[in-house]
Amino acid sequence: MLKTLVSGDTPRSPILLAVLLAILVCLALAPFLFPGVRSVDTAARICIFIVLVASYDLLLGYGGIVSFAHTMFFGLGAYGVALASTHMGRGFDALLVGSVAGAGLAALLALVIGLFSLRVRAIFFAMITLAVASAVAVLVSQLSTLTGGEDGLSFKIPRALGPAFKIMDGEIFGVKANGKLLKYYLVFISCFVLFLFMLRVVNSPFGRVLQAIRENDFRAEAIGYRVVHYRVAATCLSAAIAALAGALYAIWLRYVGPDTTLSMEIMIDILLMVVIGGMGTMYGAVIGATLFVLAQNYLQNVLSLAGESVSALPLLPDLLNADRWLLWLGVLFILSVYFFPTGIVGRLRGK
Amino acid sequence: MSAAPKHAPTMAQMSLAERLAPYAPILLVIGLVIAGFLAIPATSSWLTLTVSGLAMGMMIFIMASGLTLVFGLMDVINFGHGAFVSVGAFVGVSFLLLLEHMTGAPNLLWNLTALMVAIVGAMAATGLMGYAFERVIVKPVYGHHLKQILVTMGGLIVVEQLIIVLWGPEEIYITRPESLKGAITFAGAALEKYRLVAVAIGLVVFLTMRYTLRRTKIGLIVRAGVENGEMVQALGYNLRMVFIGVFVAGSALAGLGGVLWGLYQEVITAHMGNQTMILVFIVVIIGGLGSVEGCFIGALMVGLLQNYVAFLEPKAALISNIALMVAILMWRPMGMIPVVKAK
Repeated sequence: MLKTLVSGDTPRSPILLAVLLAILVCLALAPFLFPGVRSVDTAARICIFIVLVASYDLLLGYGGIVSFAHTMFFGLGAYGVALASTHMGRGFDALLVGSVAGAGLAALLALVIGLFSLRVRAIFFAMITLAVASAVAVLVSQLSTLTGGEDGLSFKIPRALGPAFKIMDGEIFGVKANGKLLKYYLVFISCFVLFLFMLRVVNSPFGRVLQAIRENDFRAEAIGYRVVHYRVAATCLSAAIAALAGALYAIWLRYVGPDTTLSMEIMIDILLMVVIGGMGTMYGAVIGATLFVLAQNYLQNVLSLAGESVSALPLLPDLLNADRWLLWLGVLFILSVYFFPTGIVGRLRGK
Repeated sequence: MSAAPKHAPTMAQMSLAERLAPYAPILLVIGLVIAGFLAIPATSSWLTLTVSGLAMGMMIFIMASGLTLVFGLMDVINFGHGAFVSVGAFVGVSFLLLLEHMTGAPNLLWNLTALMVAIVGAMAATGLMGYAFERVIVKPVYGHHLKQILVTMGGLIVVEQLIIVLWGPEEIYITRPESLKGAITFAGAALEKYRLVAVAIGLVVFLTMRYTLRRTKIGLIVRAGVENGEMVQALGYNLRMVFIGVFVAGSALAGLGGVLWGLYQEVITAHMGNQTMILVFIVVIIGGLGSVEGCFIGALMVGLLQNYVAFLEPKAALISNIALMVAILMWRPMGMIPVVKAK
């Protein structure tokens, strides 16, 4: 039964299994285990980034396609929800319409870009997505009447998801049973279902063909699979899931803006999470996203401590400055591409 | 006995369209300039825009040429190319700030000398950095596109962060040398002096590059290497050495482009390289990956189109380049001047 749930793709390593279970339990019970605004916020971010990173892994790790437009799709979903909620008024129907429209538009855009670039050379795809994504980011910040420009959009979500809504009187295990709790579980359960769906996709015949194409596209074509069709389908699927993750993120924050959804920094974060966690293993996304979001929130404190301890030396304090943590992640990223291309999960599985 | 099959050789000249096909890319640039002339009401503003479009195109070409050659020669795609642009700009601007007494004086010769010192310094720095980058970052991932993209992207992140460590996180504002400020008036149009200098430098780089590639032995080896690397190696040339040379030269050119771009924008940030890479990628794709001529023509088209559209409809400027790329890829899927590989 459990095996069917994870589509037969078990962690295949006791340590990995333990870590994954720990993450699952922590996320599932986050509002009770770590009450506090900041930690619940971190947990929700981890959930959403797991889905976002896993959908990117579907493309990069399984399809062997590098895309720099993943934040664009993420942003499409987020802006879809924001615009629908602004124009249709608060309500679950607006959230649904926004998410579905965002995901559909993302898939359509991915189809167009994919047909254009993947038809010729897979390497064009990386460059074209980079160009298109930055053009869209500029466009969003310029069309300020529609999108709010650099300031972004704040919008209202249904009352049932707000802190003022009471599910029942009193508390459950010391936590107020209000709409905030409901919102967290909406995010958590949606992310959980989306993740299991992706696990199903990569372990289906479709996923096997994608892996075959990644290993040797020429041979896959010779066996009789239309390489372009499979690659474009994977792009569309991954774009739609990224848009859904974006929609959840918008619901969680009740705000969208270019910096939170569309920026190049988030794209680089996603790349780092996929590679450090392990490409081509869905569980890598879980490990990568969890580690990264935790590091983003807490590693900076460690670095600033290290920076203070060497403050007498020249240049070193600058290198260990808390704002320079991306430098060290970049180094880690290069090293992991060279030495552990299968990331943490690959290591744990002993490959 | 059956009659011999009819054979009627025709000696007709190729049709005009067929004879023009090889020149189509360059005709497109001319067509674009004419279209701009028709679309823009005042001739003087058209002239101003054309010159600034050419200047922008030349700068993009300088930055893009290294990238396209590196790809053509060794099938290496360097997403970290933008790092050289940033480093070039920062080193060049540091030199200019050091030589403030020379750039501040209203003396053209002194100003140009200071500019030259800055350019040479920046090119030396980025050239050296290119050597290190090739050895450390690119060498272990030959023949593996996916890893190349990831690793060079990682290199870009590290270099950007190192720039922030060395020069600080704030953007640096820079004024142009004294005698390159302002504009000259020609036929009623204001032409910025600095843009004319940029066009001149770009032309010199293009012609030198073309001469080197077409008329010298090293150029012959490079071109042969692009077409069929194995054969060149079989003939006894060490293609690795040639490639490192091209990589270093391409990095140095990116540094030069960085100095020019920084002075053009009059502000530099650590992320400027990555921002210009968007235009650079569009240019190398529409030019045809690996083709220097295609890259030159593509850069001019992008520069001109961007300036014309920014004048006519400011919000559509960046989208116009994407539209241009889509149109060109529909017409020639491998770019305007596709590189034929003998493989």
